[in-house]
Amino acid sequence: MEEVTKERFVYADNAATTPVAPEVAEAMTPYFTAVWGNPSSMYSKGREARKALDSARERASKVLGCAPNELYFTSGGTEADNWALKGGARFMREKQGRTHVITSTIEHPAVLRSCEALEREGFRVSRVNVCKNGILDMDELRRTLDGDTAIVAVMYANNEIGTIQPIEEISKLAHEAGALMFTDAVQAVGSIPVDVNALGVDMLSLSGHKLGAPKGIGALYMRRGLKINKYIDGGGQERGMRSGTENLPYIAGLAEALELAASRMDDMERIRRMRDRLADYILKNIPHTIYNGDPSRRLPGNLNISFEYIEGESLLLLLDMAGICISTGSACSSNSLEPSHVLLALGLPAEKAHGSMRVSLSHGNTDEDVDYIIEKLPGIVSRLRSMSPIYPGDDK
Amino acid sequence: MQYSEKVMDHFAHPRNVGEIENADGVGTVGNATCGDIMQMFLKIENDVIVDVKFKTFGCGAAIATSSMATELIKGHTVKEALELTNKAVVEALDGLPPIKIHCSVLAEEAVRAALADYYTKIGREIDFEVPEKDEEACHIIPEE
Repeated sequence: MEEVTKERFVYADNAATTPVAPEVAEAMTPYFTAVWGNPSSMYSKGREARKALDSARERASKVLGCAPNELYFTSGGTEADNWALKGGARFMREKQGRTHVITSTIEHPAVLRSCEALEREGFRVSRVNVCKNGILDMDELRRTLDGDTAIVAVMYANNEIGTIQPIEEISKLAHEAGALMFTDAVQAVGSIPVDVNALGVDMLSLSGHKLGAPKGIGALYMRRGLKINKYIDGGGQERGMRSGTENLPYIAGLAEALELAASRMDDMERIRRMRDRLADYILKNIPHTIYNGDPSRRLPGNLNISFEYIEGESLLLLLDMAGICISTGSACSSNSLEPSHVLLALGLPAEKAHGSMRVSLSHGNTDEDVDYIIEKLPGIVSRLRSMSPIYPGDDK
Repeated sequence: MQYSEKVMDHFAHPRNVGEIENADGVGTVGNATCGDIMQMFLKIENDVIVDVKFKTFGCGAAIATSSMATELIKGHTVKEALELTNKAVVEALDGLPPIKIHCSVLAEEAVRAALADYYTKIGREIDFEVPEKDEEACHIIPEE
């Protein structure tokens, strides 16, 4: 069997994480070396840290279109999701006796597992289906909403198939039912313009490491006037809602990354073109492939394709040998034994979900990267198919 | 999750891939829903496995365990091949992640299924356990 050779390194898994942008690393450095005071301290060393913290919050909130006091820094997207959903649901139960939580079938595990935790607390959870293209079934949402609904949680953009949900419309429906609206925007922020007011959401979560900031920093937007249950008790940081000495270097990094991403939004058109070129090539030249998700209502860098008759982990490992990093919705590549719940929710049979590949491109990718994927991928798919006992042949 | 070097070697350079025309025994186990199917072809002369080939749809571990299983039975007698256990395959590969142990079970079963086919073809009574076709549930071996 032909040796897989590596002539280049192509990182095409930016939905998993992104490298820290050099500008971000540089912007963080002074907060390790010089401005290291505790923002809560009253002397000048603390005050300079406070000033930097306030400035970072202001810059970050500006990018999202909110007020600085509507933004709470967290340890990441998962924490923000847990806080928003559990805090929001419990708040609505205490204040209004509402016990119904509505979410979608394609949420991130941070939301799905939080919903299960709420179920154990006695909440009723409805998981609204998506249509074949991955967009929420709005009729089902309308039928599911009721006067008991405490909170609606629907992700802005999906991490596997990149599908962008009609959040404005969902917010409107949630509010008509008197419920809170929360969106997990971890994949959206940095890839598409996000304005919390235009979206009409009450809460929105984001994560730094998806947009060039380090891992371990994220944020929760919470509409002014809304005071859901606080998340961490302690010294009263983050306006008493999320205690713990502020992680100033990372907060400064997140602010820088958000501004940088906003300033590079024009580059998304180039990323979209690269993504579409790769998709077109694969669909035209590799037989038995399935395009997963919606072609237009989609994050510009995201591509998700199933190769029938092969298994995704093998594909991932061979592409890795060629120097290409992608991810797959195959069960075998995760620690679970089920294939991607997102692909199954689209109605894709399990055997086709096992053979899925997600490519997520970002600013660091070039046309040469796409050329290299195009050079390597067909041979690797053929190799696995030639070993597959179920492959019927290219022209079948 | 980390594979041993041996697993990666057998995944990257699988031994005995392919089919045997007019094989004396063919066995297929697993199903596509679960994400792994193994097919084993045997050429048998005087009760000795003179050639073996496999085709596998599955993850890295599924390919590596199939490849190793073929190596472990090639040139051996039918009786010896029937003694092949999934444990022996795992050991020969310097271990497997716990979640992948079921791949080694599938490899053992593929060998048995092919031998059962051989027995049927030559009209010999099958005096060993043959894996049942299980289309419903995926084969999960809990961590020991």
